[in-house]
Amino acid sequence: MGVRDLNLYYQDFQALKGINLEFPKNQVTALIGPSGCGKSTLLKSLNRMNDLVEGCRIEGEITLDGRNAYRDIDVNSLRRRVGMVFQQPNPFPMSVYDNVAFGPRTHGIKSRADLDAIVEQSLRDAAIWDELKDRLKKNALGLSGGQQQRLCIARALAVRPEVLLMDESTSALDPISTAKIEDLVGELKSKYTVIMVTHNMLQALRVSDKTAFFLLGEMVEAGDTDDIFTSPSDPRTADYVAGRFG
Amino acid sequence: MTTRKLTIAYEAADAPSAFSAGQIEPDDRLDALYRVAEARHSKTRRIVSALLRGVVYAGAAVTSLVLAFVVGYILVNGVPYLTPSLFEWEYDSTNVSLMPALVNTLVMAGLSLLMAVPVGVGSAIYLVEYAKRGSRFVQMVRTTTETLQGIPSIIYGLFGLLFFVTAFQWGLSLLAGACTLAIMVLPVVMRTTEEALLAVPDAYREGGFGLGAGRLRTVFRCVLPSAVPGILGGVILALGRCVGEVAALIFTAGSIAAIPNFAEGAAALFDSTRTLAVHMYVLSSEGLHVNETYATAVVLLVMVVLLNLMATFAAKKMNKGGTND
Amino acid sequence: MSHVHLKEDIAKALFVAAAGISILAVALICVFLFANGVPAIAQIGLPEFLFGTTWRPANDVYGIFPMIVGSIYVTAGAIVVGVPTGLLCAIFLSRFASGRVAAVLKPGVELLAGIPSVVYGFFGLVVMVPFIRDNMPGRGLSLLAAAVLLGIMILPTIITVAQSALDAVPKKYYEGALALGADHERAVFRVIVPAAVSGIMAGIVLGVGRAIGETMAVIMVAGNQPAVPGSIFDGVRTMTANIVLEMGYAADLHRGALVATGVVLFVFILLITMLFNVIKKRGEMK
Repeated sequence: MGVRDLNLYYQDFQALKGINLEFPKNQVTALIGPSGCGKSTLLKSLNRMNDLVEGCRIEGEITLDGRNAYRDIDVNSLRRRVGMVFQQPNPFPMSVYDNVAFGPRTHGIKSRADLDAIVEQSLRDAAIWDELKDRLKKNALGLSGGQQQRLCIARALAVRPEVLLMDESTSALDPISTAKIEDLVGELKSKYTVIMVTHNMLQALRVSDKTAFFLLGEMVEAGDTDDIFTSPSDPRTADYVAGRFG
Repeated sequence: MTTRKLTIAYEAADAPSAFSAGQIEPDDRLDALYRVAEARHSKTRRIVSALLRGVVYAGAAVTSLVLAFVVGYILVNGVPYLTPSLFEWEYDSTNVSLMPALVNTLVMAGLSLLMAVPVGVGSAIYLVEYAKRGSRFVQMVRTTTETLQGIPSIIYGLFGLLFFVTAFQWGLSLLAGACTLAIMVLPVVMRTTEEALLAVPDAYREGGFGLGAGRLRTVFRCVLPSAVPGILGGVILALGRCVGEVAALIFTAGSIAAIPNFAEGAAALFDSTRTLAVHMYVLSSEGLHVNETYATAVVLLVMVVLLNLMATFAAKKMNKGGTND
Repeated sequence: MSHVHLKEDIAKALFVAAAGISILAVALICVFLFANGVPAIAQIGLPEFLFGTTWRPANDVYGIFPMIVGSIYVTAGAIVVGVPTGLLCAIFLSRFASGRVAAVLKPGVELLAGIPSVVYGFFGLVVMVPFIRDNMPGRGLSLLAAAVLLGIMILPTIITVAQSALDAVPKKYYEGALALGADHERAVFRVIVPAAVSGIMAGIVLGVGRAIGETMAVIMVAGNQPAVPGSIFDGVRTMTANIVLEMGYAADLHRGALVATGVVLFVFILLITMLFNVIKKRGEMK
């Protein structure tokens, strides 16, 4: 997945300016930068969630497998292939099972055996099967915040995405749940391309392979995470990762 | 376990035999499953969604059409008969004037609001500004208010007949009707006032107390003024219910088509009267003056529309006041 | 100082008294209805009164079973007509309508709620009843006419309550569904509507309460024969109609039997109010 010459406007305000970025397969890319720098906006344009924002318009190209995500791919199909985990855990007010099965059902998988298998595998992949296997029929809103978020990851995995977007997905969680999800991301990258927005630079350092730094709608610098944090080429990046502003 | 299930699932999806069981990772089988299901399902999904969208639009269209038809039909048939004779001061069977009924409606509604508004506003003030939340008295007030709100108007009419008309020996009278209506609209006034008071920010109260004002003074000087539009909205809503009511009035106020003789003072309160809605019911069940009935319906409708507009306006004003603070 | 205290105390006492009035009102309504209705039921016999199928005041025979059935039939018909339409309209207003369309339709729904029931009844009498008489069996004054008219009358109740329940569903559920590849319709019908179901149920129960208690509009179109209807084209008499039609000239036991009809209706309404509260509580707990 990648973006080329991407400009994004909310009405007259330009939120992203000429972004060029490639997200390598089976790696974790972290998008970092101060609030309002456009990192979340970029993330949301990758699965077209920005379509919901009135007055939002984009120029340039976003590609998935070499095809234009806005022109050549049906939006629902795109959102299946590019899954998203939100900042706030948002399980539906229904059972654990129905939460995970919602995506597959949406895309036409109806047989009980298929759904059972997908639910089990997705929950295993999200490292929450052992905790929930006896509570599949229970309402998901009864879970703890960390469990809810991992359930949401399982729900996203259930539709077999190629890319997984994570929008500050641990910022609402306690440190233990955060650690579990970070470990999980490390395992998920063997199967998925992961793109995460984070405020937490240590998290980016711990989890990601690539890092892109954003400031005021521009991408200042992108590269291997180690390079960005140890020898950034732009002084602004250096200041930010050193915690001098943010 | 997982592998076996996925094999079944995969075969059920009629995927090509190259992916035979056990030779391929579960993930790849899942991918194939999705490819097959999605290809087959995308068209169905589009049709289902279009159908759903269709029924939703149909629901809205039916509602709009019903509204347009009911209102339009009444207006088209009624407006031509809004003749001056319909508004003559005295009613008789030739002019079928609605004027006495119109005046009675205003008197009746005014009288019942005179009773219901102070009580309703007072109890809302108690609930919001004085009472400890969750005390037994408060719970009882809430339960009974909800009960009152659910009681149909015919039960109010029946009660009015047994209580005011019979037990108090007021007879079919303006006063009995007004008292019955007052009880009926009490929960409306209470509820809206409560909401309006709850919407007033606590900072106003703190401001009052901070200046050393007592609770009473704080409520009347700091809280009530900014809740006025909301309360007014509730009062107008209550007025609308009084104007349209029939079942609660037939057996309490009766159906004499004349304005009570207010020259005789308080005794006029014990005259039987007919409000506009009752007038319309009587006309329509007599079936002799269909055109005048239409015209009466128009006047009723217009009154209700005007009251609605005023209530909406008051509510808007309330909201605006709330966000500016 | 004590002067101020006195004033505060008096004011508080007045407010408490005002709040007590609704308790007093409910108590008085109960006492007067039951005191006037229960002796009549005792005299007639409770089974004979509730399950007797003959209502013939001239012979002192008072069975309100046809009226109970009539009220239930008419209400059920109103639900069949009003709930799907109202629910769909609420979904439209909450999730499909553009701002401008909603700005027209919403006041329209409020207007529909404000139209007095006599006006509805008259409309039913001059439009629906002749239509049914001309195109279907029977005399037009029928269960069908009453059910459709009541269905229209409960529309605004259902729309308003259901819409506020739908509006209250957090945006994150909708976004979550979309992010999984669901389209707008699927997200609305499979996530938002189920999430709002207790609010929607509350609206329906409120509509049932309104339908079963509606009086004037029903009297004007239902035909009012005190017999269990054989088809939807037959006339029907509801409990409410029973009271209004005969209260004007009833005396003695007849009058008591009419008040007792009111008692039965009142009990129905209390049950519905309780059901409403249970549903509302359950919704809040979620």
